[in-house]
Amino acid sequence: MRKVKIYITLKEGVLDPQGKAVQNSLHSLEYKNVSEVRVGKYMEVMMEDTNDIEEQVDKMCDQLLANPVIENYTYTIEEVV
Amino acid sequence: MRFAVVVFPGSNCDRDMYFAVKDALGEEADLVWYQEADLSSYDAVLLPGGFSYGDYLRSGAIASTSNVISQIREAAEAGKPVLGVCNGFQILLEMGLLPGAMLSNKHLKFMCHFETLKVENAETMFTRDYEPQEKISIPIAHGDGNYYCDEATYQELKDNRQIAFTYENNPNGSVGDIAGITNKAGNVLGMMPHPERAVEALVGNEDGLRLFQSILTHWRNNHAIKA
Repeated sequence: MRKVKIYITLKEGVLDPQGKAVQNSLHSLEYKNVSEVRVGKYMEVMMEDTNDIEEQVDKMCDQLLANPVIENYTYTIEEVV
Repeated sequence: MRFAVVVFPGSNCDRDMYFAVKDALGEEADLVWYQEADLSSYDAVLLPGGFSYGDYLRSGAIASTSNVISQIREAAEAGKPVLGVCNGFQILLEMGLLPGAMLSNKHLKFMCHFETLKVENAETMFTRDYEPQEKISIPIAHGDGNYYCDEATYQELKDNRQIAFTYENNPNGSVGDIAGITNKAGNVLGMMPHPERAVEALVGNEDGLRLFQSILTHWRNNHAIKA
């Protein structure tokens, strides 16, 4: 069994209204040195190991988990015992 | 003319769409549940607004993987009119029938009010009953209506005259004030504002009715040619 940890982030240049709101909140909490916040998504997918697991994960990210127009993704695959 | 209104779990403007066609336009309409839908006998496909699958993952993303999607794609390829409003637009973007993606509104607020739209292209099958550059008043109701595409795509949209409607006062941060776009062939329209909520003077105005009339005019003309 493998645990796939997928991180989805907004592409550079894509406006992040949520990140901006969080940034403003951090500023109002006096964290004056915060210059930018970008909000992304984190997912854990448990799956049976296969030879083409990376290919499968790439495909599921491109097809559904991320929107390639606005988002990038990275992932790590860990063995679960 | 027969219109199919595809209903997903979480659609909530499906009945408005249904009554716009049935009562205001005076044509046939069916509400079809996405799992049992057979779109082959319909002349047009309407994807209503709402919150399909609770907007999980991204608005429209989960609906864009359901079984009915291949039928919607077929209808589009066959040249049938396919109209997606609000969540329907988001589904069309997620399934790749239209270019671009939707982000949260610039000020993160869910907005529900009338907006003035400009008819940028009055030659599509959805807009032919409007005057070029005509200003119309149509309600919006969305939280994720901030249309995004890269510079090259925007240029392509302009070059191919795919921008059907723009906002006079951009409420959500959309690239190029875009309120609605068509595919290259011009038979798929996605728009955030709700024309189906503006089809009767008694409850606002009738500015949205001509969009449905345009579809009907186009269909009748096509059939007259065929006959």
